[in-house]
Amino acid sequence: MSIDVVNITKTYKGFTALDAVNLHIPTGELVALLGPSGSGKTTLLRIIAGLEWPDSGEVRFDGADALNRSVGERNVGFVFQHYALFRHMSVFENVAFGLRVRKGADKLPEAAIRAKVSELLALVQIDWLADRYPAQLSGGQRQRVALARALAISPRILLLDEPFGALDAKVRKELRRWLRQLHEELPVTSVLVTHDQEEALELADRVVVMGKGRIEQIGTPGEVYETPATAFVHDFIGESLSLPADVRGGRLFLGERAIALDSQGASEGPARLLARPHEVDLADPAQAPFFGKVLAVRTFGPIRRADIQIVVPSGHVVVEAAVPFGEGLEIGSQVGLVPRRYRVFGAQA
Amino acid sequence: MATATASRFTFRKPSVIPGFGLTFGLTLTWLCLIVLLPLSALFLKTSELSFDRLMVIMSNARTLHALQISFGLSLAAAAINLVFGGLVVWVLVRYDFPFKRVVDAVIDIPFALPTAVAGIALTTLYAENGWIGSLLAPLGVQVSFTPLGILVALVFIGLPFVVRTVQPVLADLDAELEDAAASLGATRGQTIWRVVLPTIWPALLTGFAMAFARAVGEYGSVIFIAGNLPGVSEIAPLLIVIRLEEFRYADATAIASVMLLASFVLLFIINRLQHWAESRGGRGR
Repeated sequence: MSIDVVNITKTYKGFTALDAVNLHIPTGELVALLGPSGSGKTTLLRIIAGLEWPDSGEVRFDGADALNRSVGERNVGFVFQHYALFRHMSVFENVAFGLRVRKGADKLPEAAIRAKVSELLALVQIDWLADRYPAQLSGGQRQRVALARALAISPRILLLDEPFGALDAKVRKELRRWLRQLHEELPVTSVLVTHDQEEALELADRVVVMGKGRIEQIGTPGEVYETPATAFVHDFIGESLSLPADVRGGRLFLGERAIALDSQGASEGPARLLARPHEVDLADPAQAPFFGKVLAVRTFGPIRRADIQIVVPSGHVVVEAAVPFGEGLEIGSQVGLVPRRYRVFGAQA
Repeated sequence: MATATASRFTFRKPSVIPGFGLTFGLTLTWLCLIVLLPLSALFLKTSELSFDRLMVIMSNARTLHALQISFGLSLAAAAINLVFGGLVVWVLVRYDFPFKRVVDAVIDIPFALPTAVAGIALTTLYAENGWIGSLLAPLGVQVSFTPLGILVALVFIGLPFVVRTVQPVLADLDAELEDAAASLGATRGQTIWRVVLPTIWPALLTGFAMAFARAVGEYGSVIFIAGNLPGVSEIAPLLIVIRLEEFRYADATAIASVMLLASFVLLFIINRLQHWAESRGGRGR
């Protein structure tokens, strides 16, 4: 089932949570809404689910208006960040809930409910926990129960709100792979909200980067990392090395000194030059576009990083650069930086 | 004596919190002085009676009726408070309306008001010429000076117990639970019946128990509105006072002991029910 979000705006007491958001999610895709907290991603998810209503705009499922249907009628599976399991019910009854509340012709006989729940518990690999209560489960197990419960209503759309946020790193990684597999097996369109870029990049077919109620970029994990559309996306995804610059007459300046780098058509005025730390080479300070003083050098495992203080017109900035192994870098010495790949964004971008 | 092996009995489990000896000693002393000593005096006094005499007192029609009135109406009042107190809690927690704080504060008035004042006020209201009584009189309903009046007084004093015990629990209830139920296709009614009520059930039971305990012991407000006709609208606490005034101390303590035992048994049952409801749900989410 495809999802269309058309011009959705939502404000809370003067605070704009979503500002004219447009998004198309084709059938069968797994899309991640990625952004810092307060970017509106959870609000968008809840609007798609029918747990909240927008001030204006449309939500369409397979082209049909969804806003005039209540959350119960939309038949979406929703997985909550804190699981929201019914603690007075066993795991089995939690999963059976969506089937038991059906009325009239949709009501299933007890045997059919039992069969369906058993099948779901086997699918999420916790059939041996059927008689336990949520309080007796670990975080990872609770999340599996929450997922099985959401899948019990045979949803065509699966919405997940920070599903792995409350789990420790190892379980998170394991569940992530498993969720991806599950998505492949089921005929669902999935939307996942996360602030964890690693999760979004690893799991999703496409990533929707959100900031301050707007969509900054939509693209494959490769696209948003390699060719960020805005400075926000460059900053938010992956590591960035950021330097203030000016664009004058199509050329790049650092203070009064012209820099031998392409301005990439950025608008006149103040701009920012952004690069990935591992795409910046160290060089002789006399010949490099940037140079500065080495403040500290750190090593974690295979990675070495140096803090380099660069003098700029407004004072100085400290950037973190990657240091190749074998390169001796003395603290206090001057070093030059040459970005191999970089992006220049006007201050407004 | 047990040998010094791993299975040695220890009264106190090892803990990092100091001061167990001191606080436990103080707790026991305090409990003895304030609660157990008066209660044991009560039973001591009762034991002066022979078993036959006790049976005679307890099988007295007037005594039996007073106990029946006290326990029956207290249970009924607690049940009424369970329903309407629950409703009040729902409104206070779930909705925003003008003067919500004032309404919230009004709930506590039965706690603070001298019970005699409450009794007199209720009697005046429900008397045949009172504001409410005059409306009910044409319908043939008489409240003041009947068991119905006792019920009204017991409902009045018991309400805050239910509201104040359930309110924090409902306020803490995770809104996501109701979102989850709705997303699974449950109607509002099903959500409340299958998700909300079972979650706040232990708190409701506690409120019920407290309202009941308070009603059984209530004296001040009831004696004004009850009319106190022996065999009709006489409550057990009043009968105890009457027996005291007749210098029949043993009779009074006998009735008191029976009340105490019955209350204890009822509260114990409610407590077990509540424990069962809680253990079924466990803690955590």
